[in-house]
Amino acid sequence: MPEAGADALAATGVADPSLFHLLEPKWLTARARLLADERGRGARFAVLAVFGALFWAFVYFLLYRLLNYFRGVEEIGPLLAGKLLGLILIGFFSILVLSNIITALSSFFLARDLDLLVSGPVDWLKLYLAKLLETTVHSSWMVTLLAIPMFAAYGRVYEGGWWFPLVSASVFLPFLIIPAVVGSAVTLLLVNIFPARRTRDILSVIAVLAAGGIVLLFRLVRPERLARPEGFRSLVDFVTVLRTPTSPMLPSEWAARGVMSWLQYRLDYLPFYLLWSSAAAAVVIGALLHRAFYLKGFSKAQESGAHWVRGTALRRFGALVFRPLSVLKRELVLKELRVFFRDTTQWSQLILLGVLVVVYVFNIKYLPLHGDGMTFFLINIVPFLNLVLAGFVLASIAARFIFPAVSLEGRTLWLLRSSPMEVRDLLWAKFWVGTLPLLILALAIVSVTDYLLAVSDFMFAVSVLTITLMTFAVAGLALGFGTMFPQFDTENAAQIPTSFGGLLFMMASVAMIGGVVILEARPVYSYLSASMYHTDPDPVEMWLGFGAAALLCVGCTLVPIRIALTRLSAVER
Amino acid sequence: MIRLKSLTKRYGSFTAVDAIDLDVPRGELFGFLGPNGAGKTTTLRMIAGILRPTGGTVEIGGVDIDKDPMAAKMKLGFIPDRPFIYEKLTGAEFLRFVAGLYDQEGPEVEHRARELLALFDLAEWQDELVESYSHGMRQKLIISSAFVHRAEVIVVDEPMVGLDPKAARILKDLFREYVNRGHTIMMSTHTLEVAETLCDRIAIIQSGRIRACGTMAELRQGAEGGASGLEDIFLKLTGENAARELIEVLNA
Repeated sequence: MPEAGADALAATGVADPSLFHLLEPKWLTARARLLADERGRGARFAVLAVFGALFWAFVYFLLYRLLNYFRGVEEIGPLLAGKLLGLILIGFFSILVLSNIITALSSFFLARDLDLLVSGPVDWLKLYLAKLLETTVHSSWMVTLLAIPMFAAYGRVYEGGWWFPLVSASVFLPFLIIPAVVGSAVTLLLVNIFPARRTRDILSVIAVLAAGGIVLLFRLVRPERLARPEGFRSLVDFVTVLRTPTSPMLPSEWAARGVMSWLQYRLDYLPFYLLWSSAAAAVVIGALLHRAFYLKGFSKAQESGAHWVRGTALRRFGALVFRPLSVLKRELVLKELRVFFRDTTQWSQLILLGVLVVVYVFNIKYLPLHGDGMTFFLINIVPFLNLVLAGFVLASIAARFIFPAVSLEGRTLWLLRSSPMEVRDLLWAKFWVGTLPLLILALAIVSVTDYLLAVSDFMFAVSVLTITLMTFAVAGLALGFGTMFPQFDTENAAQIPTSFGGLLFMMASVAMIGGVVILEARPVYSYLSASMYHTDPDPVEMWLGFGAAALLCVGCTLVPIRIALTRLSAVER
Repeated sequence: MIRLKSLTKRYGSFTAVDAIDLDVPRGELFGFLGPNGAGKTTTLRMIAGILRPTGGTVEIGGVDIDKDPMAAKMKLGFIPDRPFIYEKLTGAEFLRFVAGLYDQEGPEVEHRARELLALFDLAEWQDELVESYSHGMRQKLIISSAFVHRAEVIVVDEPMVGLDPKAARILKDLFREYVNRGHTIMMSTHTLEVAETLCDRIAIIQSGRIRACGTMAELRQGAEGGASGLEDIFLKLTGENAARELIEVLNA
């Protein structure tokens, strides 16, 4: 027990390990990973650096232009900038709390080094601080990377001066600490109520529901209306709304106020004081909670809840539906389905997917497609571009569900490799289990949005056929890249899509979607022109364009799977 | 039944298995011994078709595993040293899945699965997800999976690790009976007592090469200095210095 151990050590005058010592393995692991002499590391780093720089530049210039525009608006300009910062930070805060809750479960209760640390003479406070720091770093790095170009744009537009980076950091650091402590404390209390395995399931569902709820609420209130003062009764009303703090009790509001006070040369110390004192108080309260509940929770986390599954109904259903398949193929498909639907962290993401689709359809519904300036072409081009967006949605879903499929076999590959099973059967089972639901979703999105947009029969047919072929291609690319860049040893399935291979898959998908749209653009344009001027479209142009697009999709489906087949056959594990 | 010809595995400049020749006939329980890192697991994983040899061949029942992997693997069951299996399947589902990989299903498979689960005291757990199984229970389930499809040859890496005394005894009896029925088992183990009492023949491997191979009587005969037990023979062949340096280590 850490407490007893620490007390005993204090009594004997032996120093227990320092906080730095507890963090050393993490630092050494990170350094070893950084210095590892892997094949293609340079290229990997270069691609990541280029993409990172491009992303930063994109965020920076987007905000820069927006803030410059705000700056030109007298009186309400700074109010708008402050409101925007508050909105961004409240988004960050919600993400941070959720991500800390999930991360804290791993770092405080399920990490492999805990047996060693809890059984060793480690002081409870140091254990808490080490794990809190680990949780904070793991759940905040992405938000921090996003915040850098954001603060840079604010500092540049409002001439924050040389001290502005320091001011931003002094605001942002406590802003990161508070959700980390809150998230860890929520997890601590939950683990004390439920066994850890159940807690993980419950947490993943709660987190996904909450994230979905936030996205949905944010979208349904249509914040873009804020940028259109004509929607308000008078300018006074509009300014009043802008002046009212959105959430005065939240650290996001304090951080926004602190930053804006510096940028408007009216430095207000209160937000800084509130942020730092709250962060310090949070750490103290968190530590006290940790002292009171951690050991009980940790002990409970070792217990596993019973998971009784009869599965007879699914077996009968599987035997009926998959009857045409051979025994081997049927068992492979059933195994894929069982593993997916019994893993809460996997299926719960379907909720997020549902939200994404609702938001997407909602956006299409509120597109301002009627009124002045809306030509026949513009109305018909929108459903065509809709394909591009639907393609991106499909690619991100495939990255989450199909791309990791082979990596997740890593530890059980011994069984598949030593049995008389063709690697081809395994890959095709994974392909179909991933592709069919994706296809149903794709057709639903495109049909509903086309219906809302009231497109012509021709555009409807083009959309449906294109999205079908695109779905196969996206699934083929996901499976192919997932096999070419496997993450066999990862413990967290959620990290697989964000790996280097995941990035390459997304790039390849974007290129494929772009290619298909470019190839189809000419025949679509020619058809629309012809129908506008009541002439016949050029059949050669039509066949060439659509044929090339179809060929590209078929190629993107089959070639990656073929490469994956060779790669997986050569894997030695 | 298992024939290795000049079987070699190199990782860069390191040779893990160095031109091994071995013949294990039908109906034999063959023991494969050696210190840690000697090349046992690498050899067994090459026989199971998981690792591809750098040189040489592996034949299972006369079929070259490299030339016709499906036919060779159809005769084979493999039990690895680390029991990694699908966490989200139940014990019964896992056995059904493995039988399916060998194109087997139906009442006979169900019957065998039930019998095996009962034999290893897993019947009560058959409808529970593997994620809640202990290390020993997982090991028992993997052992059952190698028997559920009636493999002609079973290759086992460290079968006794994590098993309770009762399960270990059951496994020894099961292995013996299986071999008596004309099947073949090749197993690696660090438990010398098990190898001595159970195996028909034993090979001792070190640094990727077979140092000795034969029945216990042949090994005794071959060992210089009158070593009688397998432990003495093993230490003689693989180096005794570790024991000699103990005092220096403890005094350090």
